[in-house]
Amino acid sequence: MMFALPALVALPFFGGLAAWLSDLRGPARTPWLVSLVTLALQALLLVDLSATTFGPGWRAHFAAPWVSMLGIDIRFDMDGVSLVLLWLNLLIAIPTVLLCTRHVRDRPGLYQFLLLATIAGVNGVFLSTDMFLFFCFWELMLLPLFGVLLIWGHADRARVTLKFFLFTQGSGLLMLLSILALAVINAHDTGVLTFNYFVLAQVAGHSFLAPTIMLGFLIAFAVKMPMLPFHVWQPDTYAESPTAASVLLAGILSKTGAYGMIRFVAQMFPSATAQIAPLMIALGVIGILYCAWLAVAQDDVKRVIAYSSISHLGYIVLGVFSGTRVGTEGAVIQMVAHGLSTGALFIIAGFVEERTGTRDMRRLGGLWPAMPQFSAFAMFFTAASLGLPGIGNFVGEFMTLLGAWQISHVATFLAAFGAVLSSVYALTMMKRIFYGPAVIEGSQPLGAPSTPHLAVLGVATVLLLVLGFYPQPVLDLSTPGSLHPQSLSLAEEPAR
Amino acid sequence: MAALLPLIILCPLAVAVILLLSRGTMPARATCGLVGVGMGLCALFGVIEAVTFLNGPDSTGALHVVLWHWIHVGGFDTSFALTLDRLSLVMMLVVSCIGFLILVYACSYMRDDPDIARFFVYMNLFVASMLLLVLSSDMIAVYFGWEGVGVCSYLLIGFWYHETPNANAARKAFVVTRIGDALFLVALLLLATGVGSLDFNAVIQAAPHAPHAAITLATLLLLGGAVAKSAQLPLQTWLPDAMAGPTPVSALIHAATMVTAGVYLIARLHAVFLLTPGVMLLCAVIGFVTILFAAGSALVQTDIKRVLAYSTMSQLGYMYMALGCGAWQGAMFHLVTHAFFKALLFMAAGSIILRVHHEQDIFKMGGLRQEMPGVFWAFIAGSAALAGLPLITAGYFSKEMILTSAYNVAPLFWLGGILGAFLTSIYIFRCVFITFWGEARTHAHGRTGIVQAVPLAILGVLAIIGGWMEVPDSLGSVHIFSNLLSPVLGELPEEHGGAVLLLIGSIVPLIGVSLAWMLWKPTGRAPEALDQPLVRVLRADWGFDALYDVVFVRPYLALGRLNRNDFIDRLYDLLASVTQFFGRAFGLMQTGQVRRYAAWIAVGTVLALCLAV
Repeated sequence: MMFALPALVALPFFGGLAAWLSDLRGPARTPWLVSLVTLALQALLLVDLSATTFGPGWRAHFAAPWVSMLGIDIRFDMDGVSLVLLWLNLLIAIPTVLLCTRHVRDRPGLYQFLLLATIAGVNGVFLSTDMFLFFCFWELMLLPLFGVLLIWGHADRARVTLKFFLFTQGSGLLMLLSILALAVINAHDTGVLTFNYFVLAQVAGHSFLAPTIMLGFLIAFAVKMPMLPFHVWQPDTYAESPTAASVLLAGILSKTGAYGMIRFVAQMFPSATAQIAPLMIALGVIGILYCAWLAVAQDDVKRVIAYSSISHLGYIVLGVFSGTRVGTEGAVIQMVAHGLSTGALFIIAGFVEERTGTRDMRRLGGLWPAMPQFSAFAMFFTAASLGLPGIGNFVGEFMTLLGAWQISHVATFLAAFGAVLSSVYALTMMKRIFYGPAVIEGSQPLGAPSTPHLAVLGVATVLLLVLGFYPQPVLDLSTPGSLHPQSLSLAEEPAR
Repeated sequence: MAALLPLIILCPLAVAVILLLSRGTMPARATCGLVGVGMGLCALFGVIEAVTFLNGPDSTGALHVVLWHWIHVGGFDTSFALTLDRLSLVMMLVVSCIGFLILVYACSYMRDDPDIARFFVYMNLFVASMLLLVLSSDMIAVYFGWEGVGVCSYLLIGFWYHETPNANAARKAFVVTRIGDALFLVALLLLATGVGSLDFNAVIQAAPHAPHAAITLATLLLLGGAVAKSAQLPLQTWLPDAMAGPTPVSALIHAATMVTAGVYLIARLHAVFLLTPGVMLLCAVIGFVTILFAAGSALVQTDIKRVLAYSTMSQLGYMYMALGCGAWQGAMFHLVTHAFFKALLFMAAGSIILRVHHEQDIFKMGGLRQEMPGVFWAFIAGSAALAGLPLITAGYFSKEMILTSAYNVAPLFWLGGILGAFLTSIYIFRCVFITFWGEARTHAHGRTGIVQAVPLAILGVLAIIGGWMEVPDSLGSVHIFSNLLSPVLGELPEEHGGAVLLLIGSIVPLIGVSLAWMLWKPTGRAPEALDQPLVRVLRADWGFDALYDVVFVRPYLALGRLNRNDFIDRLYDLLASVTQFFGRAFGLMQTGQVRRYAAWIAVGTVLALCLAV
């Protein structure tokens, strides 16, 4: 039990290593199978963790010294939000590995290793409560993806990877500065050098530097998420990535930014957050409307989904910065629903590209009769993305808007109008791909989608419907664990 | 019989799920059988539930079934709960019974379509959503149904996906109604934060104590949502295009049920609307304008389904005028009779279209009276009810009920309603005379089967006698319908000036029909559609469609395309190129010549000294 949390990080990493090594000898499919086994083990671990820990507040804890001289520990704490997001990570990772990496011919072992290392990093980000460790995982989850992009990306990958790298590493640097500043302030005040999240959180609120330090975190998370005006790396990256990386980036990596905003911005710096909230809500609303507007003008399917993804992440910003409980919980629901629906849309886009050879909607059209089951799924996830009630995304949008309404009526009104714009681009996309006369007749038989594809999309459909009609179980998990000392019984100092 | 209530919704839902999971492998006959059984059970349960409820101990109150809590967070609590009172009972019967008839008809209509399973998935989902909409006691669940019917409408309009115009019409219908949905959503946010619950009763009880501005805003937003759903001015442009869907869809969704959802919503919240007389006046004015606007446009249409579409818009205008005048019973009564005769008209039109090779232009039909007498009589019954021919039609009684109430609020509204009735009788009998009289300009093939004929016959009878459940005092005083609804909607007010108004209201449609006969009676040569510029504008939605296209749609798309590479991205690119430029510029200094470096150092030193001194 004690080692379940570090095991969640270690397992995918070493599983990935094993997959890489297995590639040296043996059939080409071995790495793929090793990855699947790793993820199955991870699922067992998560089932065990969910069943044996109890909320509310912090549910599980692990601590061990790492670099004692600098006060850096290996600290993991898990609350309901972490648990929900760990599940989401797994739910995104399984179909990614299952569907998108099976037929990789070029260095499959390395591919599996990089993907699983990313997943390990993401798990670490969701669990770490040592700030330095958090930063390490933050980097760990990004570095493998640069590799994936550079080796397996599409035509324009060099330029795009550079852009991706500059944005995320540049902003990561700001976060490192903020973390160091916090540690130094704490050391100056108390004489103890530590990177313990709970300790630093007590300092963070009182320091006169709080707004500046918060900004360092905020920019890093805003870039990662991404939100306006730091979003420009994202459409390019999504479009040029192989499908697996697109799904991971949109499905789960964007949620690390949102998670960070809840854990390391709103919770650590409540007063500074309240000060910047109007600006953030304004940016959120502008992001919702502006990106919905850009989405309708795109010709590349993946770019449409990319812009729609940024647009929907705006609701998370609204929820988090509304400073209300309903808004924060809505943001968590929105993360889950957005992860599932956007991931599914990227899988569909990848499938369309695989079978027709193009992502350009000017050359697509009339695909419904050629792939009726897939079209039905596409319709469902499009409906999810335009916020149809009964699907998880609506719960997230409704609750975040409910939170934001208490802060600004006008902003909320405009954000609700985003529902109109989202229906414009979503239905336009449906129309251009699936409706109308068949454009590419006879060029290539489309064939039936594989059973794993249908199963994955079916599971995502069921999960989104359950989330839409009965969100309360997830909501009960979605209150972040508190920072107050009385709740810290689990979070005591590690034995040195 | 609380257990039956969820079953009424579950029946069509189960049919939809079964058909969906069968993935189109079920034969057409089995599909129709399944649909017939499912919808039959739904209608049967509806009737049983209605009878037991009305004979039960609490027949004036409400039956309440809480299904599950949706979200419960921080003082805001909302749940999926069904309620049956007399208002939702009326709506439930309309949706389940007329829905059943239309789906039976559709079995025959869609028999030869290879995608019949998909069609019935959408149709049954629609019925389930619509029942959820009318039976929910919580506004969030109403919103679920509200959006559910919207998306089913989208799917059904675009049902024949291989034609791009259908896809465009479907998208337009969804986006325009989505504007209303967004307003509705904001109203929900406002009420949820103000009241802490979205339960109808909680909202109605809290409304009198709330700030007036908040209530006004809430009712205004709700009205906006209703107006978009019911295709009233200024959000009416989607309905005529929505006729791209199969005709049973138009009968069910765009005549009998979905478009009346807004009327139901306002009637349900009438206690709140009564607090805001300004919004009610606006509602009446919207109805008033729409009546005349749509009737004017219906007068010059050439497509039989578009005539009926504009007519639906116009008749919904009567309901909105009634709501605005506080004539809740009148609005609901007209909703019911309109469901009878408009569903009948659409289905009769569908039978015609099927038999004349999918021709929809009335000027290419003609003389169909002899070839399809059954359909002819059905269409006549529907047209007579729509025109409100006195005493013998359902439409007469419901329209008179609205007009009398309107006269008591403002004679101008009454005058508009009468003028609308005049135009109505002209345009619908224009359609009748051109289609059924004169020389045959097309040949009808096949025959209309029994599966189509029975629903037509039932609705035909209802369109004639359905009005006798509510007869004004001066004609015999039957008040079955208003007595049914009075526990929910309040007592019917006293009538004033009944007899004279009734007389005028009785004569006007007759004049209209006579005028139509004079203008379009068979003359030996084929009638031709007018084609003056003015008529063309009138036909094309009075130019609204083109206006919206130029003002909203085109600029939005054009500017979007102009900015498709995202000017923010370009700003970063600019930053990058500026950096590169300076990088190169300074790179030029690295020449490797020591004397150059020495010169630069000297210049730097001198400059530094200058600054220091």
